Amino acid sequence: MAKGFVSIAAERCKGCGFCVEFCPTRVLVLSSAFNSTGYHPPHVVAAEKCSGCDLCGMYCPDFAIFGGRYAR
Amino acid sequence: MIETTLDIPADARNPVEPFLRMERMPHIWCAGCGIGTTVNCFTRALLKSKANLDKVAVVSGIGCTGRVAGYARLDSFHTTHGRAIPFATGLKLANPELQVVVYSGDGDLFAIGGNHFIHAARRNMDLKVICVNNMIYAMTGGQTAPTTPLEALTSTAPYGVSEPAFNLVSLAEAAGACYVARWTTYHVMQLSRSMEEALGKKGFCFIEVLSPCPTLYQRRNRMGDGLDAMKYYKEASKIRHGAPTSECSLSKSGEIVVGKFVDRERPDYCELLRAQMCQSLGERYAEPEVVCSR
Repeated sequence: MAKGFVSIAAERCKGCGFCVEFCPTRVLVLSSAFNSTGYHPPHVVAAEKCSGCDLCGMYCPDFAIFGGRYAR
Repeated sequence: MIETTLDIPADARNPVEPFLRMERMPHIWCAGCGIGTTVNCFTRALLKSKANLDKVAVVSGIGCTGRVAGYARLDSFHTTHGRAIPFATGLKLANPELQVVVYSGDGDLFAIGGNHFIHAARRNMDLKVICVNNMIYAMTGGQTAPTTPLEALTSTAPYGVSEPAFNLVSLAEAAGACYVARWTTYHVMQLSRSMEEALGKKGFCFIEVLSPCPTLYQRRNRMGDGLDAMKYYKEASKIRHGAPTSECSLSKSGEIVVGKFVDRERPDYCELLRAQMCQSLGERYAEPEVVCSR
């Protein structure tokens, strides 16, 4: 069971890849799909590994992604 | 196109959103630009410092970083070029209860507004200055700025910059700043903590944040994109708290010394002015009345 979640607003993403590169548990990859502005937004490949640290949210220059922990 | 395999709680909200004018998104910053990352750190710092947001004002000058004032859902003002610090000084003097944050770029603060910076630091005005340093005049097309390192290629120096650059942290310390730190957009946690520390400190605080400029600086110098700049920051930066600022100058591809360099106490401008007026006027001195709408 994953400890946390990430929420991605793909339409706001500019595909810089900061979240993919700096995710400590490697939850994300850049998808091959495009958003309407022509960038490749990230998508979740290892949901169970997410710790909800919100480092992706700290790095995202476009405010398009954030993480959080599930309430126990 | 929000696709994810995770169960996202219905009440989950991006922690940045309450601090931003989300109706103005998407913002104008390029893909891979680090200014948005510094805004994230600033909002986390505001959240942790538990500051009353009605008493926080953000003042910006002109430039890419100058847009922060427009996007922040706080009392914010987008001033003329280089005049963010004089405006902020007036704001602070008119209402000393305000926490005034100057959020601007290297060109605005150190080229066009260079004089204002050194004098505000000398007077020790109670301002928190956050300088996002992308080493170039980005909004106007990549001209050489006083912070552009030697040998870098810019649109006004196609054979490489021949002039030495400013060492901002050394300049701030020499001018009299109380708190001087430098981080990069890679050091998000440290930067956020540093901003929080500055928000809780009285006096002139200066934080320099190195940020990638993929469109103009990195591309022209064949240094890759924003992500490559972040990887370079990760590899080249050394954390040295309290390092002598004169040894912390930046170069095009050399080591980046980051950390908190100066943390000292000096009486600030309002305090000195009050002491002087009390001494010369004695009992005739009356505290200035501040009338605010809130």
